[in-house]
Amino acid sequence: MREITRHALFWPVAALIALLVANTVYRPDFLAVTVLDGHLFGAPIDILRNAAPLMLVALGMTLVIATRGIDLSVGAVVAISGALSLSFIATSPDPGSVSTVLLAIAIALGVSLVLGVWNGFLVSVVGIQPIIATLILMTAGRGIAMLITEGQITTVTSAPFKTLGSGFWLGLPVATLVAGGVFLLVALLTRRTALGMLVESVGINPAASRLAGVKARTIVWTVFALSGLFSGLAGLILASNVMAADANNAGLFIELDAILAVVIGGTSLQGGKFSLSGTLVGVLIITTLTLTVTIVGISPLVTPLFKALVVIAVTLLQSPRIRETFAARARQRAARPEEVAA
Amino acid sequence: MAAVAPEQSTTGSPGPSRPRPQESRLRAIARRLRIDRRYMPVVGTFVVLALILVIGGARYENFLSAGVLANLFINNSFLIVLAVGMTFVILTGGIDLSVGAVLALSAVSAAYLLDAGVPAAVVLPAVVLIGSVIGLLIGLMVHVFDVQPFIATLAGMFFARGLCFVIAPESIPITDETFVAIAGWDTWVGGQWRMTSSVVVSLVVVALAFFLLHYTQFGRTVYAIGGGEQSARLMGLPVARTKVLVYVVSGTCAGLGGLLFAMYSRSGYSLTGVAMELDAIAAVVIGGTLLTGGTGFVLGSVLGVLVLGLIQTIITFEGTLSSWWTKIVIGALLLVFVVLQRVLTLRRT
Amino acid sequence: MTSSETAERPVVEMTGISIEFPGVKALDQVDLRLFPGEVHALMGENGAGKSTLIKALTGVYGIDAGEILVDGRSHRFSGPGESQDAGIATVYQEVNLCENLTVAENIMLGNEPRRLGAIDWRATRREAARHLATMGLDIDPASSLGAHSIALQQLVAISRAMVVEAKVLILDEPTSSLDAGEVAQLFAVMRRLRDEGVAILFVSHFIEQVYEISDRMTVLRNGRLVGEYATATTDRVELVSTMIGRSMEVLEDLHVSTDRTVEIERGSTPYLQAVGLGRKGSVQPFDLDVYSGEVVGLAGLLGSGRTEVARLLAGADRADSGTTRIKDAPAPLRNPRAAISRGIAFSSEDRKAEGVVGDLTVRENIVLGLQAGRGWMRRLPGRQVDEIVDKYVAALNIRPADPDALLRNLSGGNQQKVLLARWLATAPELLILDEPTRGIDVGAKAEIQKLVAELAGEGMAVVFISAELEEVLRLSHRIAVMRDRAKVAEIVNGEDVGVDEVVGLIASGGDH
Repeated sequence: MREITRHALFWPVAALIALLVANTVYRPDFLAVTVLDGHLFGAPIDILRNAAPLMLVALGMTLVIATRGIDLSVGAVVAISGALSLSFIATSPDPGSVSTVLLAIAIALGVSLVLGVWNGFLVSVVGIQPIIATLILMTAGRGIAMLITEGQITTVTSAPFKTLGSGFWLGLPVATLVAGGVFLLVALLTRRTALGMLVESVGINPAASRLAGVKARTIVWTVFALSGLFSGLAGLILASNVMAADANNAGLFIELDAILAVVIGGTSLQGGKFSLSGTLVGVLIITTLTLTVTIVGISPLVTPLFKALVVIAVTLLQSPRIRETFAARARQRAARPEEVAA
Repeated sequence: MAAVAPEQSTTGSPGPSRPRPQESRLRAIARRLRIDRRYMPVVGTFVVLALILVIGGARYENFLSAGVLANLFINNSFLIVLAVGMTFVILTGGIDLSVGAVLALSAVSAAYLLDAGVPAAVVLPAVVLIGSVIGLLIGLMVHVFDVQPFIATLAGMFFARGLCFVIAPESIPITDETFVAIAGWDTWVGGQWRMTSSVVVSLVVVALAFFLLHYTQFGRTVYAIGGGEQSARLMGLPVARTKVLVYVVSGTCAGLGGLLFAMYSRSGYSLTGVAMELDAIAAVVIGGTLLTGGTGFVLGSVLGVLVLGLIQTIITFEGTLSSWWTKIVIGALLLVFVVLQRVLTLRRT
Repeated sequence: MTSSETAERPVVEMTGISIEFPGVKALDQVDLRLFPGEVHALMGENGAGKSTLIKALTGVYGIDAGEILVDGRSHRFSGPGESQDAGIATVYQEVNLCENLTVAENIMLGNEPRRLGAIDWRATRREAARHLATMGLDIDPASSLGAHSIALQQLVAISRAMVVEAKVLILDEPTSSLDAGEVAQLFAVMRRLRDEGVAILFVSHFIEQVYEISDRMTVLRNGRLVGEYATATTDRVELVSTMIGRSMEVLEDLHVSTDRTVEIERGSTPYLQAVGLGRKGSVQPFDLDVYSGEVVGLAGLLGSGRTEVARLLAGADRADSGTTRIKDAPAPLRNPRAAISRGIAFSSEDRKAEGVVGDLTVRENIVLGLQAGRGWMRRLPGRQVDEIVDKYVAALNIRPADPDALLRNLSGGNQQKVLLARWLATAPELLILDEPTRGIDVGAKAEIQKLVAELAGEGMAVVFISAELEEVLRLSHRIAVMRDRAKVAEIVNGEDVGVDEVVGLIASGGDH
């Protein structure tokens, strides 16, 4: 089993390395990291910093997908969280004070958590399919974000808040540290407690899990809540990056990137077994790809095309059909694998 | 011997008759009104549509005029076509996220080719075919390589959107005379009702889709796959071919939708149709098609598009309401319909 | 034993069929002949290769060696469609029709009459009605298939098979979820088709049914052909021994080890007391006491309410009337968790859907119940997990004895043992087993029966459900008889109680 896991991560890691090599060939100093003002600078650091919001969203998404769910609303939550925090700071008497910023963060995270809980409620209590339940918030969410910003793109100046997205600590970007910290936390949460096993159990066989006494409802509810919370955090980082609340474009398509990262990382959309490290690799691939496109000098607008090629390549390489062809070319069988299920 | 004796003798007692579940009141009413349970969600859509019309008619003057309603079709003709294609896919239990981007690709290609001097007679079929080809590729990914529809169409979406920008980062106006003439053609039905060429095309597509779904083997197989893919396969139906074909249908519809959009906007722009797949999905769901597949009607999807369009119209009529309320209302409506569907399916079991 | 020969040419002749799956030889040189106008039973234990053989004939699997002749012509099917075109129709155990479509649509799907290239719905409904009528079925063709019982759906599936005028009809365990009345109806239809010259291949676990309906039978064991026999001249005991291919001593042993007449030392109060417990549309209110150290058997036909009783006691379904008391204290069993925390463990009859978590390992599956009870925050320490897992893998003889194997790769019997281990690990005081021995091989079956007897001997309360009355009688101290979703009788088991008496109770509804 462990062999298969290793095998499943082989192609994504290979793709990441290939990307990095290609970049280094194109620009030999690509992997170079320099120290400036006590901060680390360089393309790898950029990748790590740019990856932070996506990593946060993808972490929640991994857990949601493992329970057979999907969360389409993360982009909308990102927008709402950014809009809320910046609007709050903008309207507060003292935008630069730490307490204002902390309060803004608390409000944004609180609301994000509530939105996640709302999704979880629709899925686990009302029993609506996740894709549809979260489509509701995905549709309405941007409207709500615009309601908060009143359709304006609010620009804010607040040094403490800016630190979250652009600051450095111990030489590393704060955003990276936050995302890394959350990654470790989730890894500990899932593998040091029984959460991981119970999440997988619910994802593999919900009915059996219920009879075994697993609180499936609570588990599903928890992962959606976490997804909301992490998306809120991602929204804060993105908002702090640009220091402007753009309800229309903040976190646009981040749900798709996150789902992509999860799938590239080898977690199946059918639920069940999940791989956090796979998701990490997926996120790095997507972020590196985006950076590569810019470095090479292609319009960033064309990035989707390259994402499409990566998705197609990785999913095809992971597809059972291709693997079978590789594994047993000689076998001639009329039966197709999906029909052998019995 | 006793150890492996089978269950009770089959010729023994007559079997216990299982108590029939109490017929729900809702179903009883439906039966009295001779409404098949399968039509219930569509009836719901119809009721909502009627409600919006009544409320709009009561609140605003001229709301119920032929002009407003005719415009509803004119402004949403491309969405109707998208929703029709999406219905096929969702009926099989799949989903197509690529349609918005394919629509843009088709519109941009049309503008680009016309700008390059290619005659309209070539461009029109060519851009529709672009949609078909992308649909075919997606279908093959889903079927041959077992990639989940969500991911395959996501890849299709990224692919088409990226290609748009490769072709034309900027908006290209369309000035080709033939094309403009076709786009500008219209007719007045009953002297009051204006129908543009786009509306005619979209209605033809609806009729064609209805025929395909209900009067051909392909259509029946679509429903059968939605009811149970394994069953459909064991019934000897051409499951593989059909699964690929629904994406071709959806892609073709998206290509055609792009053409209609180009006619509507007289231009091709790479950022058109962003998130339009969500509108299409919302229209299909509000139109009463279950996302699990197997249940739904193409005419329901048309009603769904009209509901979305009417909400937009109302918000425009209201004047003081900002545009973002459209999204919030659509979201709320989605919620209502989804919960309603949930209640209906719960009653069934 | 004689194998019957008819002068007629067989409609299907399969010779030397072999199919190999990675690592397993599923079929090895198997022959099968079907003659027109016969009901031919295909017999064998689980894993004998029955379904594989059927799937070879229906084109779901390709064959690695051998030949399939239909009407004397050689075929190599590469899909269900091709097999159907050759006149072979199949009705599977889990009815493979579309519940979202109407009865008429299901019957005619793919064969609808056309007019001008379009489906002629009027003619379609008329045709469907005609096919239903010829089978003597009174079903509204325009009704939704999902609204009908499994039994009727099965008959609809057979009607569908007859639309293409199939020469061969394969029925794969059609009776496993039917009650006696429904089985009689099915058999009537089968006889009618047989008399019309259709060759019917009938697969069933129920030996009595095979003797009632079949003319000849083919027995498989471990992927090999054992023989072809005429039903009328084959003794049941002989048949069973050819099927299992080993002596039945294991089970005979057990017979001795369980002294079912033993008087339970009943304390003043039972472990579990259900009073007026019921659920609308599921089971009528019933009373039931279960004492520690005794096995209470639930006897009744499928659909009699025996499973529903178990589900209520386990909190799997929620009761809407009545009360439950545990050790004389009120104990509402609202959900499985509540029941588990009260020391109740429940193994569902539907092992695959409600028990096995296939992609988790044997280890994870065993500790799942225990861990779920502790909540996700308090993870079981690794050493304790290993101890528990090692203990049950050894005690229940789970094969392969690899805790890291994925559960889905184990055989049915071993999966069942893992599930038992999951429940035993929670140290329950009441163990509810709904058909724990269904669909598993005889060896595993005997081991599980033995285990149940031992557990009760050690003081555990057990509620035991089985479709096999023999098994219930052998293990139980007391038997609650179910019929028509109500408890109709309760008897103390003893030497004087036999299958006939329980069958009588089920038939009479406990009136005598």
